Amino acid sequence: MTQMDLQPANGPKASPDAPRPVVEMRDISITFGSVHALDEVSLRLLPGEVHALMGENGAGKSTLIKALTGVYTIDSGTVLVGGEEHEFSSPAASQAAGISTVYQEVNLLPNLTVAENMLLGREPRRFGAINVRAMNRRARATLESLGIDVDPTSELGEHPIAIQQLVAIARAVDVEARVLILDEPTSSLDADEVSKLFEVMRGLRDQGVAIVFVSHFLDQVYEIADRMTVLRNGKLVAERMVADTSQLDLVKLMIGRELEVLDRIDRKVSARTADESGSPVLKALGVGRKGSLEATDLELYDGEVIGLAGLLGSGRTELARLLFGADASDTGEVVIRSERRRLRSPRHAIDRKVAFSSEDRKAEGVVGDLTVADNMLLALQASRGWLRPIPQATRTKLVERYLQALDIRPADPAALMRNLSGGNQQKVLLARWLITDPEILILDEPTRGIDIGAKAQIQAKVAELAAQGMAVVFISAELEEVLRLSDRLVVMRDRRKIDELPNDDVTVSDVLEIIAGEAREEEGPRA
Amino acid sequence: MPETATGLQRVLRHQLVWPVLALVVLLLVNVVAKPGFFDIRMQDGHLYGNLIDIVRNSAPVLLVALGMTLVIATRGIDLSVGAIAAISAAVACTRIVGAGDEGALTTAVMACTYALAVCIVLGAWNGFLVSVLGIQPIIATLVLMVAGRGISMAITDGQITTVHNSWFSDLATGYVLTLPLAFLIALGITALTALLTRRTALGMLIEAVGINPEASRLAGVRSRTIIWTVYAFSGFCAGIAGLVIAANTNSVNANSLGLWIELDAILAVVIGGTSLAGGRFSLLGTLVGALFIATLARTVNNIGIPSELNYLFKAVVVIAVCLLQSPKARSAFRVRRTGGPAVPAAPVLEKAGSPS
Repeated sequence: MTQMDLQPANGPKASPDAPRPVVEMRDISITFGSVHALDEVSLRLLPGEVHALMGENGAGKSTLIKALTGVYTIDSGTVLVGGEEHEFSSPAASQAAGISTVYQEVNLLPNLTVAENMLLGREPRRFGAINVRAMNRRARATLESLGIDVDPTSELGEHPIAIQQLVAIARAVDVEARVLILDEPTSSLDADEVSKLFEVMRGLRDQGVAIVFVSHFLDQVYEIADRMTVLRNGKLVAERMVADTSQLDLVKLMIGRELEVLDRIDRKVSARTADESGSPVLKALGVGRKGSLEATDLELYDGEVIGLAGLLGSGRTELARLLFGADASDTGEVVIRSERRRLRSPRHAIDRKVAFSSEDRKAEGVVGDLTVADNMLLALQASRGWLRPIPQATRTKLVERYLQALDIRPADPAALMRNLSGGNQQKVLLARWLITDPEILILDEPTRGIDIGAKAQIQAKVAELAAQGMAVVFISAELEEVLRLSDRLVVMRDRRKIDELPNDDVTVSDVLEIIAGEAREEEGPRA
Repeated sequence: MPETATGLQRVLRHQLVWPVLALVVLLLVNVVAKPGFFDIRMQDGHLYGNLIDIVRNSAPVLLVALGMTLVIATRGIDLSVGAIAAISAAVACTRIVGAGDEGALTTAVMACTYALAVCIVLGAWNGFLVSVLGIQPIIATLVLMVAGRGISMAITDGQITTVHNSWFSDLATGYVLTLPLAFLIALGITALTALLTRRTALGMLIEAVGINPEASRLAGVRSRTIIWTVYAFSGFCAGIAGLVIAANTNSVNANSLGLWIELDAILAVVIGGTSLAGGRFSLLGTLVGALFIATLARTVNNIGIPSELNYLFKAVVVIAVCLLQSPKARSAFRVRRTGGPAVPAAPVLEKAGSPS
């Protein structure tokens, strides 16, 4: 498919032969302050269909779900359930109308039994007391009808997450759900568990339940979904039948820019050439972790920037974390400067001159109540140990140097970190690692959510560092940025590396094609 | 005068302002009740008076609270300090009683050294449970809080052990440079703690671990070592406190020595402005907090609170001080006056109110 449709549809067309939708959301708008979280988005859910809700981060998927489940109140637009207009003021109201939701994190009670969890709040009673036998019987019947093989009297916490997820679905089904919303149900499941989940989903679909499926895994969407709605930046892009939409089209709809414009972006790949004749500074041999990344090989050379490209959940962050030892790997090993060992903690990686800036700036980077100076010096001080404080003169010198070099504002070493803007915090974190004088720098989304100026400064700094011989792994959701900075691209999808290619005039659409899986036959998949 | 206004504001924003204010108010209450409360007289080269008693009596709580401050800064808590103090006293007293020359200086020094070494080991045990086995601090230290009493009973054979060693009793009742030795020891340990945390990088790393453990881990901070260190230090501090308490009566009663001192210490830390949620800590605040606790105990006697209302009075004062310190409580009082509070979930509420 070469021709693609980038025209946003004006809303789903009502086809006369389709059955009546169970739920129809029309022109829903929600604003938070001045931000349009949803802008006249429509969604219709048909009975007996699995409907995939697609879009990148911030597209409005979860806002739309929360509008439907009564968590958020709608500013304008109507919600029809079974043809009747409804206004959901609370999750309970939505549930009463037959809309059940299973969230990504299983929010059940692990210390109660399966049956107790399924019937919590609506236990069958006898003489005012809970009728345990009736409860177990009812739970068993529901589980059997879904083909889930679990003892209802066992404690929920004994079971793996996948089973807990199925129990959550069973609970949702037990309330006579007409609509079942599954928000990222597969994010912590392995392949077998996913197929088990899909079996249950198909069973429910055949019973006429309308299922909303939110997932970042394209293969899974294509396996299970019948219809999809694509959102982007709070707007409806298209409603399509899955069978009629190629994966390439879908990715383009999700990322959605004028491709011609993208292709013309002048890339500033520097003249530097990675010295691949020598031995790699970092080598990953079959590094993997159950549920987050399949065994992956990677080689990184001095002075080169490797860009990890892929959609959210493709495994790009997971790979970075394994390379740094932030998560422990189940398989494989990381060889740094010819020294092979399994990284057990960030400490090991740091001692080998690896630095890693996490994508989650707030939770995993910033120490908000400490000063800018302390935040900058944290990694260096940690590696020196507490008994050898950094001399005051050195402190001042280092902090001043990086405040200036990275143009951090306010340029006040004593300012509290939490009072800085996101961009400046990110620069402080970059400084934290540069101060440790690393040889390998892993940057996960270093430019997310920061202003253009700071972004350009960070990009320039990365290019400069690589030119000085540092090996960099660069991750960003923005493909243009990855292409601009990288010497080599590693394309990830569905928790594995699917391709690796030198960045010779690679365009955004080239990468999109690889991600969509169309180029895989030519290149040959890599394990 | 804008300049003085900002100056005043800066003072008001300083974290020590509320604890100091509370202490001053409490002292003023005492003076109003008994105008002679501040009188200090010199006798035999020693100072005597209510204020001197207060600083002397604050020593055990201050000592325990110092270790507690660091533990709390790492998001932990140490409930076992009272029991450790009892063990320390029991070990020291039985060593002194059992020594060949009960009254000698070396006997006292050896006994105290031995007792403190035991306390450091006990603190390290707490640290092991918390940092290596990952047990929640409140549970991990509860183990020793309960077991520790039993251990100290076993050491003293359940008897009240009385010692006759003037060097040892000087720990509590001695004077140096006209001031009580006990208070000087506590001040000395305060200075040592300040040196240990602020002259090395220990303080900064403790705070980093307490504020954001995951970010600290990813920055390579060895949080296990740090947590281990602070619990061992807390054991050491509790040990000294135990010695001072035992020296005061020249005896050890394993049942009652240091009973509930952990709660006073936690209070002193909290009053001093260190959050139980961990993070930034203030040793100076803890010093003020310990003085406040000691003053409060004195106040109960001084203004003649009936003994049956003793605990109730303390509780009310503590609640008042905590409310005073809480920015949330202060802003709640302020908002009450100006109108409805700003609720974080504003967008939802606004929508609920708007016609749709």
